[in-house]
Amino acid sequence: MNPPVRSAFVDGISFWAPRLPGWELARQVLRGETTAPAEPARRPAPALLPPTERRRAPDTVAVSLEVAARACEAAGLDPATTASVFASTHGDLAISDYMCDTLVSTPTLTSPIRFHNSVHNAAAGYWTIATACYAPYTALSAHTSTFGEGLLESLVQAVTDGWPLLYVAYDIEAKGPMATMAPSAGLLGAGLVISPRASAHSRLRLDWRVVDGASHPPTVASPGTLALVQGNAMAPCLPLFEALATGRGEVSLALGPGLALGVEIVALECRG
Amino acid sequence: MTARNGASPPASGAPGRRLPRPGRITPVRISSFTAVSALGRGRDAHVDALRERRSGLRPNDFTGTPLGTWIGRVDGLEEQVLPGRLAEWECRNNRLAWLTLQADSFIEAALQARDRHGPGRIAVIVGTSTSSIGASEEAYRRLTPEGLYPEDLRRPIVHTPHSLGDFVQHALGLAGICVTVATACSSSAKVFAQAERLLRTGLADAAIVGGVDTLCGSVLFGFNSLELVSAEPCRPFDVERKGISLGEAGGFALLEREALAGPWLLGYGESSDAHHMSSPHPEGLGARLALEDALARAGLEPARVDYVNLHGTASARNDEVEARLLADLFPARTRASSTKGWTGHTLGAAGIVEAVLTLLALREGLAPGTLNSRRLDEACGPQIRLENEPAAIRYALSQSFGFGGSNCVLAFGGELPA
Repeated sequence: MNPPVRSAFVDGISFWAPRLPGWELARQVLRGETTAPAEPARRPAPALLPPTERRRAPDTVAVSLEVAARACEAAGLDPATTASVFASTHGDLAISDYMCDTLVSTPTLTSPIRFHNSVHNAAAGYWTIATACYAPYTALSAHTSTFGEGLLESLVQAVTDGWPLLYVAYDIEAKGPMATMAPSAGLLGAGLVISPRASAHSRLRLDWRVVDGASHPPTVASPGTLALVQGNAMAPCLPLFEALATGRGEVSLALGPGLALGVEIVALECRG
Repeated sequence: MTARNGASPPASGAPGRRLPRPGRITPVRISSFTAVSALGRGRDAHVDALRERRSGLRPNDFTGTPLGTWIGRVDGLEEQVLPGRLAEWECRNNRLAWLTLQADSFIEAALQARDRHGPGRIAVIVGTSTSSIGASEEAYRRLTPEGLYPEDLRRPIVHTPHSLGDFVQHALGLAGICVTVATACSSSAKVFAQAERLLRTGLADAAIVGGVDTLCGSVLFGFNSLELVSAEPCRPFDVERKGISLGEAGGFALLEREALAGPWLLGYGESSDAHHMSSPHPEGLGARLALEDALARAGLEPARVDYVNLHGTASARNDEVEARLLADLFPARTRASSTKGWTGHTLGAAGIVEAVLTLLALREGLAPGTLNSRRLDEACGPQIRLENEPAAIRYALSQSFGFGGSNCVLAFGGELPA
């Protein structure tokens, strides 16, 4: 039995990595129109946070708020009424390292702010606080299938609820002994606004279905792209963003050991 | 951190801009369910403890560094052994997951569902707050002189949040959609919502939902740093409540649209507080939106709700806000209580454990009261009860609210609303 193909629309795209800081530049680099800057950019300082808090925000919050805001802007969408799905393979690896280290030596001196920032949904929490958003969010993880499972949940919510939705995927750099078991380098954030219906903001159509994983191995990004975000745990998102950059292509994203999310990016005809 | 001034949510109780109210959903059968907590293993142990008003809380005997608080600890976890084929996932959290799968023969029901539908057609959607971070904490205590994890803990899968979902999927030999939801204390309530959406869209024929969270240094000393843990057994909604008692627990439910018997998941509601990372919205706005959406999806009016299992952590702020919300929305005949005096606050497992207690209340015709509490806060209306009461419960809600302002309310029924 062939699984049904469903369609959604991509209304907003955002991306941030130190050597691909912003979708405009990333898109040109992934299309081969320009080369990536040699020097990594400094981490984004989300304008949504008060100035005093921009610098002390955890990396997870900084990178995810940046891509969340840019994707909504591109889609002309009001974040205050937009549901969201946040996906991260390992969550805040820097705070996990801090917590584990502090618990060995001085557990009673654990920082209360770092503790409440250690939850996997901290980035989503800050996003909804900063945008006065009462709409639901979720925060999930699925190890090496995190990007695919998060995208699938976003597509399913768009189908079932019937309104546009924000998808944010991110991972940060691992610190301390934890880096050997949960390796991740640099920052990577990727955002999409997915809509169940075409609108004036729709850029591309995204046809999707869940297929057998054995006959649809995960698509691998080009070596050039992989080198630009080397070692970040969210690198499995790259093949989709390569297809989004060129405006067409088929991509298979892992959904655990047995399944895959098959995605085809289709250009929309220009409408005057 | 707080929102910048210009982006503050509305100050009044009036809902801000919001998404449209959802329509009714097709109810989903819960063909099997179980839980393991400080009250014991399986449904009967929980019913007995409820009836006998026997708390599972004990003075903290878990942390190496002393911490004067009471905890809901699961006995026998240290002796529990995973089968050899699952050795890679060995850790306290997955041992509790394994123990919970055995309770009430849940694993048999799950494997029969696998045979009926096929391994790729059963989703695993489970919630946790800290997953197996306890294994990472242990690795840091036992680092080699080179600063590396000890050899027995060099297993990447137990040092990442998806440890739980991956373990459950492998333990049951499943190959479908598999996600670990981690939205703090709403995690294993939100799994019902995500699973219902997968069933509705036909991406799965059945779903294993639930959650597991185990005691670890991170949460005990973390909640201690926020000055939220109580030195005595927690007293939800008591005027003299002094904070929470932490606990550990696991629970699972099997959701199947085509099942012939079992209670129903009637609806769910999810929302955000848009207020603060570790403190609830002062007027309970997010909680109210989640509650209203759960009732809308279930097709229920507040007056038809017989019992509400409250989040009721015994923290000063949560209980005050939640009590006012109940008093505002429900008639006096609706009974409501917090069961955290029995189990403690089991964090990422609270959603599923309290869903199970709510389903047991439906089945047994028993509205649990609120254990350990003596005199109710004046914010409480007549809905919140201290004593257990026999009651015909047809429709019931379970509320779970988490750090990061994540709210989820579930609606269950022993029968379908007209």
